[in-house]
Amino acid sequence: MNRLVTIFSVALGILAFATLLLVIVPGAQIRSQAPTPGLADYNPQQLAGRAQYLNLGCVYCHSQQPRAAGQTLADLSRGWGPAPSASDFAYDRPHQLGTMRTGPDLLNVGARLPSRDWHLTHLYQPRAIFDWSIMPAYPFLFETKARAGPGDVVVRLEARFAPPGQVVVAKQEALDLVAYLQSLNRTNQDIDPAKRIGDQGYALTKGAAK
Amino acid sequence: MSFLASITALGFLIWAIAKRQFALSQTDALTIFEAGETGTPDDTTAFGHAAAGSVAHRFDVIRERIDEPGRQTVMLMTAVAAAFLVLGSIFGLIASLKLHLPDWLVQYAPLTFGRVRTMHLNLVAYGWLSVAGVGAAMWILPRIFHIPLQKPGLAMFGAFTWTVGVCLGVGAIGMGWTQGIEWLEIPWQIGMLLSLGGACMAIPLVLTAVRRKSHHIYVTGWYMLAGLVWFPVLYIIANLPGLHAGVQQATVNWWFAHNVLGLWLTPLGVGTAYYLIPKIIGKPIYSYSVSLLGFWGLALFYSQVGIHHLIGGPVPTWLVTLSIVHSVMMFVPVIAAGINQHTTVARNFWAFKQSVALRFVAIGALMYTIASFQGSIEALRAVNSVTHFTHYTVGHAHLGAYGFVSMVLFGAVYYMLPYVTGRDWPWPRLLKVHFWLVIAGFSIYFIGLTVGGWLQGMALLEPGRGFGAITLGTLPYLQARSLGGTLMTLGHFVFAFHIAALLMGKGAARQPAAAPAPAPALAAAGA
Repeated sequence: MNRLVTIFSVALGILAFATLLLVIVPGAQIRSQAPTPGLADYNPQQLAGRAQYLNLGCVYCHSQQPRAAGQTLADLSRGWGPAPSASDFAYDRPHQLGTMRTGPDLLNVGARLPSRDWHLTHLYQPRAIFDWSIMPAYPFLFETKARAGPGDVVVRLEARFAPPGQVVVAKQEALDLVAYLQSLNRTNQDIDPAKRIGDQGYALTKGAAK
Repeated sequence: MSFLASITALGFLIWAIAKRQFALSQTDALTIFEAGETGTPDDTTAFGHAAAGSVAHRFDVIRERIDEPGRQTVMLMTAVAAAFLVLGSIFGLIASLKLHLPDWLVQYAPLTFGRVRTMHLNLVAYGWLSVAGVGAAMWILPRIFHIPLQKPGLAMFGAFTWTVGVCLGVGAIGMGWTQGIEWLEIPWQIGMLLSLGGACMAIPLVLTAVRRKSHHIYVTGWYMLAGLVWFPVLYIIANLPGLHAGVQQATVNWWFAHNVLGLWLTPLGVGTAYYLIPKIIGKPIYSYSVSLLGFWGLALFYSQVGIHHLIGGPVPTWLVTLSIVHSVMMFVPVIAAGINQHTTVARNFWAFKQSVALRFVAIGALMYTIASFQGSIEALRAVNSVTHFTHYTVGHAHLGAYGFVSMVLFGAVYYMLPYVTGRDWPWPRLLKVHFWLVIAGFSIYFIGLTVGGWLQGMALLEPGRGFGAITLGTLPYLQARSLGGTLMTLGHFVFAFHIAALLMGKGAARQPAAAPAPAPALAAAGA
């Protein structure tokens, strides 16, 4: 261990090997798949809403990857939907798979909670819907006005959550974000099971036990 | 496929072990000592416990000159790192409080949880840990290579650019300009500043290694130099704009994010510990050959563990299995480093009692072992089912980044700054205040999140268990985390205050600097 060149080249070689296995090969495998049939790219408003989702850091509490039935039935029981395949994320730039479930999984929230008004109320004050919620309120996505103008979307609120004598209307950012949330629906599983890319490790364990 | 990869990796390792036979010997472990220096502890934080003989050898003309060119850079980086730490802790504490006070500070977007938490991560990872770690490397590498830091001006420019990059990046996240990927939130346009700054800090260190006057490259050098070439590769590939998308991007994301820990922060921390533990005690590490196994094992196995963050996700099964296998193999290098570091400390426990710096470093090294064992176990499918997506993982991440790397770096700063400034710490008691605040705070933090996260994970696996009940169940543990975090933050204020005081000229001038007597140099020459 007295030669710098050896240390550097072996160290970089090992990293290159890891990059090949963790980045290049899986990348090629995942990209060889066409997007799931029926999966549509985001429209401009949904993309704008997705940008809100990114910059507000929703991903730090919400995953977008329900678990397979082979691993647990809990995700299905909560209505989070079936486990997705890699091809379900073909239009996600950047990916938002997430690593935390401080809040529920959102991959299929559009199927589970399709109502725009529900989401607007929930974003303005989550505790107006669930008293146990620890999600932050997002009042800066809304405006309070004495009276709603033409075209304004008014947030439905119980009196105790509404500013006295005023109405709360959604800013464009809130409407975009809700449009994105409503678009989240990957419940269409119309894909050849053999072509699915997903971690089947738990299912394999169960199969071996039989 | 995964078998093939791990067997190849194992083959590499066996090759490395065989290579060991003619690559180094136990005497190489003495590289960091001057002739005749072993057997005497060398400690700037022993306050009143220092052995009578230790002062004479501590002054060493060669060394004093070696520290000189990099002095300004090391001082700047220490100050910047401490400022980032305090700022990052405040953001972390706000984020922690927000999880149980969800209607607090909600009026402005920059103060929402998702942004504050992210500013915390970037401040402590790229601000505090990276700057303090590279700062320690700027001081240690010249010493083990027996030559002053080369191109100190370039290093200074690099440190400055990096600092500006982190500030701009964190500001961007606060304003909502983010790449939206964990550990890679700083936009690549600002990331180029970080790349430039990183390169300008790495080049002087690599040059110092190339022009070294010592025959042997000490183990600390392997870790730090490898980290310095690994990080730019990782950072640039992961930030290539427009290339990554969807699940493919998720694999890049976790290949990068785990390697930031494994191939960047860990080498800086382990390398620093490999230098400071024997140096403070005054005896070489227990088994130098084992350290080789530890280093190459780390490179081989740590580099492929990242996909264990996607277990159960929409990624190929073989890839997940590959990362799990390598996560478990991490036991090998971790045990190797553990044997060396813990045995050396345990055999010289008197030093642990008298040196505050060693206390930080040794506890940090111990936390490395525990955090890595925990990580290997957490990667097992059965365990991961419970811990994934929960606060347990957050506790684990802090055990690594805080319990291990931060603790080692606290010790490093306490040890090196008196040498760099030529002054003693003005208030020795504050070191202990800092130590006990962060030990108490972190214990509460870690135990709270570990227990709370485990219960949360068990509940999440239970079909039909209501989400509201699960959320309410985590609350007491989240509150405990805020309490622990408050104590840690207070400790960081003490740390930063003490550094500021020392840099502003408080503290008695150190004896050797005041009296540059030629006698020790003669003694060294005679030995």
